[in-house]
Amino acid sequence: MKKTMLVAGVLAACVALAGSGMAVQTVQVKGSDTLVHLSSAWAEKFMQANPGMEVAVTGGGSGTGISALINGTTDLANASREMKASEKATIEGQGLKVQEYTVALDGIAVIVNPSNPLASLTMEQVKQLYTGQISKWAGVGGGEGKVLLYTRDSSSGTFAFFQEHVLKMKDYSVKSRRLASNSAIVQGVAEDLNAIGYVGLGYVQEAGNKVKVLKISKDASSPAILPSVPTVKDNSYPISRGLFVYAKGEPQGAVKAFVDFMLSAAGQTIVEEMGFVSK
Amino acid sequence: MHAKQLGDLIIKHLLQVAASASVVIVLLIFLFLFKESVPFVKQLGLGALFDTRWEPVSFVKERFGIYPLFAASLLVTLLATVFAVPFGVLGAVYLAELATPLEREVFKPFIELLAGIPSVVLGFFGLVVLSPLVKKTFHLDSGLTALTGALLLALMAVPTIISISEDALKGVPKAYKQASLALGANRLQTIWRVTVPAALSGIVAAVMLGMGRVIGETMTVLMVTGNAPILTFNPFESVRTMTATIAAEMGEVAFGSVHYSALFWIGIMLLIATFVLNLIAQRVLRKYQR
Repeated sequence: MKKTMLVAGVLAACVALAGSGMAVQTVQVKGSDTLVHLSSAWAEKFMQANPGMEVAVTGGGSGTGISALINGTTDLANASREMKASEKATIEGQGLKVQEYTVALDGIAVIVNPSNPLASLTMEQVKQLYTGQISKWAGVGGGEGKVLLYTRDSSSGTFAFFQEHVLKMKDYSVKSRRLASNSAIVQGVAEDLNAIGYVGLGYVQEAGNKVKVLKISKDASSPAILPSVPTVKDNSYPISRGLFVYAKGEPQGAVKAFVDFMLSAAGQTIVEEMGFVSK
Repeated sequence: MHAKQLGDLIIKHLLQVAASASVVIVLLIFLFLFKESVPFVKQLGLGALFDTRWEPVSFVKERFGIYPLFAASLLVTLLATVFAVPFGVLGAVYLAELATPLEREVFKPFIELLAGIPSVVLGFFGLVVLSPLVKKTFHLDSGLTALTGALLLALMAVPTIISISEDALKGVPKAYKQASLALGANRLQTIWRVTVPAALSGIVAAVMLGMGRVIGETMTVLMVTGNAPILTFNPFESVRTMTATIAAEMGEVAFGSVHYSALFWIGIMLLIATFVLNLIAQRVLRKYQR
């Protein structure tokens, strides 16, 4: 007798839960680890303003997010790189259009130890350093010593972006040390006199005087530019990128509301707060 | 009577299920690993693993050579063993044969504490304290080297080696020692010529198990070895071990891709390596128990 009552109670609870679940609209967001903190911050503010809607954010990487979008297991995909043509074609093959939103901008700063006499590099020089073509600082007009390369791990979207746009699709030098996070790179560069590394703009402010940010010029005849919010925004700093959110087909309901929120003035304020550059 | 027999039977089967659970789980893990690693063989062939470069993200040519990773794991494990064995074995000899009960009371909890330090904490210690020290001592450009990783791993292997070696030393029959002493050998002679040789297979097993711990360790090496996939046996170079590769790359790799499947091959290699080490340790241990 007691048992049946228990079962009935559990059943009733399930029904009640299911009922309330129907009232809440859930948005699934998945993808880039660069974007995951920013995305969570958006979700938090968005849910405060819209009690009937729920946003669930997960990382996993740009590639993972886009595959999930293709498979229909997420509503929105975060990506710190542009969608590949092959990925776009797959979605279009399903009869749906790819919607791309540039939700924020990011600059990648090249950093060296504060004791390094160098002040600027050209894109070509950065490439030569990172591919191992030049292995001594003297080769780029710097001081003594062998260049110690720090990069992110190959799973990082920043690693891939840097490889595509700075290394011009060449492979990284096999001697480059692969570190697991932006802060590990800052730590390494701060400690090792001959080190060079690259990190997202947000981490430069955090690092303060522990590292020196290099000015970068597009080519030998262009001016060297220091990465900053204005120079990333006007695209004069050469290593800038967009951060994207992708949807499959025209967003509806809660998904549309969330996209609109990210692009709104309130959403873009959060971008600045999280150390990225608003568009 | 009948009900009791039934009850016994049920309990027996319950215990049977509990006991065989680990067997089933191991088999399922094997099955899972092989299932996930099949796409690699289909697309690139197994031969692609036997290459000297690990370059999983490349616009030129993706390469999944396991040699540099295997060499790194081997180098770090061997170095760590070389560092850990003297401390582990000598420590065990002292604890089992020479230490006073009070000393044992003090040392044992510390050794257990050392075994219990989370690897990420050790890694952090390595990154902040040990790696600058290594850099300074050997005048290197960077302290993120195979040596740094090996030193930390040795620290993790020592407790395993001490406790199992100590058990082995204590297991040596008293009569052996008494006979040796009666023949006029002094205490140290007895330890080195009688007790240690008699416990040798147990000590070897302890070392093997310590190595098993070291080769499977991930977080510490990921944090302090610099992770450059260089094919080298130079302890002052940065290396990238098999475990660190899986941990660093599994996070953002696209599921079902060739890269994903290549990581499972590394897992299989690792499993085989630890399996062989365990097998040897078991064999040696059984010999000593006899």
